[in-house]
Amino acid sequence: MAYNLKEIIAQKPSRFTAGHRMCAGCGAPPVARMILRALKPDDHAVIAGATGCMEVSTFIYPYTSWTDSFIHTAFECAAATESGVEAAYKAMKRTGKLPEDVNTKFIAFGGDGGTYDIGLQSLSGAMERGHDMVYVCYDNGAYMNTGIQRSSATPKFADTTTTPAGSKIPGKMQSRKDLTKILVAHHIPYAAQSIGINNFKDLYEKAEKAIYTPGPSFLNVLAPCPRGWGYNTEDLMTINKLAVETCYWPLYEVVDGRYIINYKPKTRLPIEEFLKPQKRFKHMFKPGNEWMIEEFQKEVDARWQELIDLEEITNK
Amino acid sequence: MGIRERLSGNEAAAIAMKQINPDVVAAFPITPSTEIPQYFSSFVSNGSVDTEFVAVESEHSAMSACIGAEAAGARAMTATSSNGLSLMWEMIYIASSTRLPIVMSLVNRAVSGPLNIHNDHSDAMGVRDSGWIQLFSENNQEAYDNLLMAHRIAEHKDVLLPLMVCQDGFITSHSIENIELVEDEKVKEFVGTYKPKHYLLNTAEPIAVGPLDLQAYLFEHKRAQAEAMKNAKKVIASVSAEFEKMTGRHYEFFEKYKMDDSEIVIVCMNSTAGTAKYTADCLRENGIKAGVLKVRMFRPFPAEEIAKALANQKAVAVLDKADSLNAAGGPLFEDVTSAMFVNGVFVPTVNYIYGIGGRDTTESEIRNVYMDLIEIAKKGKAENPYRYLGVRSK
Repeated sequence: MAYNLKEIIAQKPSRFTAGHRMCAGCGAPPVARMILRALKPDDHAVIAGATGCMEVSTFIYPYTSWTDSFIHTAFECAAATESGVEAAYKAMKRTGKLPEDVNTKFIAFGGDGGTYDIGLQSLSGAMERGHDMVYVCYDNGAYMNTGIQRSSATPKFADTTTTPAGSKIPGKMQSRKDLTKILVAHHIPYAAQSIGINNFKDLYEKAEKAIYTPGPSFLNVLAPCPRGWGYNTEDLMTINKLAVETCYWPLYEVVDGRYIINYKPKTRLPIEEFLKPQKRFKHMFKPGNEWMIEEFQKEVDARWQELIDLEEITNK
Repeated sequence: MGIRERLSGNEAAAIAMKQINPDVVAAFPITPSTEIPQYFSSFVSNGSVDTEFVAVESEHSAMSACIGAEAAGARAMTATSSNGLSLMWEMIYIASSTRLPIVMSLVNRAVSGPLNIHNDHSDAMGVRDSGWIQLFSENNQEAYDNLLMAHRIAEHKDVLLPLMVCQDGFITSHSIENIELVEDEKVKEFVGTYKPKHYLLNTAEPIAVGPLDLQAYLFEHKRAQAEAMKNAKKVIASVSAEFEKMTGRHYEFFEKYKMDDSEIVIVCMNSTAGTAKYTADCLRENGIKAGVLKVRMFRPFPAEEIAKALANQKAVAVLDKADSLNAAGGPLFEDVTSAMFVNGVFVPTVNYIYGIGGRDTTESEIRNVYMDLIEIAKKGKAENPYRYLGVRSK
């Protein structure tokens, strides 16, 4: 059905309000705001947040940026916490302790630290148990809240404070984990990768599907970090676009096991275009380090091809 | 008159949970408490409770889910032991600081390592400063009764703290004893319904739970928690009195067994109190005025009341089923002696660490403690107050 995203945005007041203390140029707040816009206006939500940049910047006692009910407990357990909220909802609805006509949705947010790493078990458990909730990972590719330490989402060769680009070891030596596929392996009804580009249309649509698909859903959203990545704050949207155009961060969704690539660039940009504006990859452009760029490109190519293959196989 | 039954401690706890009929139970199996969620799952499967059972993938997630559920407005319960509680530790503090009256059945077991599945109190002692109310139970009846009283205490508006009911792993959890159950309807009426003032699922008033709480506020919030723990004493007393009216079973902060005329007293918790009472009775046949002080309410700690109860004794032995490994004494000993000192009670007191890792503690060992106390009473002072009972020296 045709719709005008701008009109929707104008009609729906933001459920994630101004006044939070996230950095200028951070990719995460627009992600949270757009995802919550996908809620139907009459629907309620309980949001859970893992400890991380977003939580500590949006809910500093006695202020909150969340107009819906919000709960934060600890770093690794946003999914488990939200699963408890959802279980309470089911039980209380069943026993008439909540009004029948009220509809509440459950959305959890965690960074890549709280999702790829310390919270992976809790997330896996909640998804396997089939709670009716959406888990959103805003992936900024390192532990940014504690000061840019590497995570399993950090791309290869990135310079972080625990993988500093030194004279012997040129940054992180391991490839990043493919979390979205790990979630797909849970056989949940809906998993997707998105990013804020083109007025966030892709993200809005995926959020809507994730929220209104019964059962567990997962959204992995790349959310650049100006401090950790080393780009100018005004370049956020350019960085997002380059992540997609180079196929570093492909936009795709997996619906009941069927892969759908949502955007295939006509001509894929070389990975340098994405790497170059970021200070964390600066050392890769020094003379003699061409091999690093080549290797990075190879990895992106291989993963892109794998995705194309998966789309073909799962749509046969 | 209640219903006479024969149940193990785990069965008693599971039956209590069934009668309470909580909205959410989130639990992960661990010996020796495994049977509790197991029995409870069958109640869920057979439709005898309305509970949503969340079979979580770890104890950390069990407590996280309980926090989420309780904050959402539900009554949430769990059961665990030992390392399960250790894994929950982070969330244990978050549950109490969020002021959520979650109720846990803790079947006490030694905390690793090395790995051991048998009873001591090191798990409960590991969370003694976490802001949970801790009630200890000598036998199945007490484990059951304490659970029936738990929500009334925890959910009281002046308290709002989580509560754990402790019992000894295997010793009571797996021993079948006679028990008197309260009728379902009476339990339902006694426990009542949970009506939280603020909760996540209240669409009329969205709330935010679990903030970043910095220098300007955290201290006041912790202070309020401490005040709630003080308030819990009064509430525990009044709920226990009400419970007595319903069942005829009398509960205080601690039980004073034959202490009206006692001269030497053993202070202990949980099932060991049974052995101590029996031993005291035997000694009394020989004219030895032995008594037992069994602590039921360990948190909040009834410092003033315990000091007063020990004021006229000639010697006291505090038995700790957990070692503090601090070269100074076990946790119960330190609390008891500190309570005595600040209340001006100067009775020679000695500490025995005993029963670690499920080591059996026999009547003859308890008798030896009383014999030591007779010597200490004669001398008027306790030398070497940090002692061990029932451990090989080599």
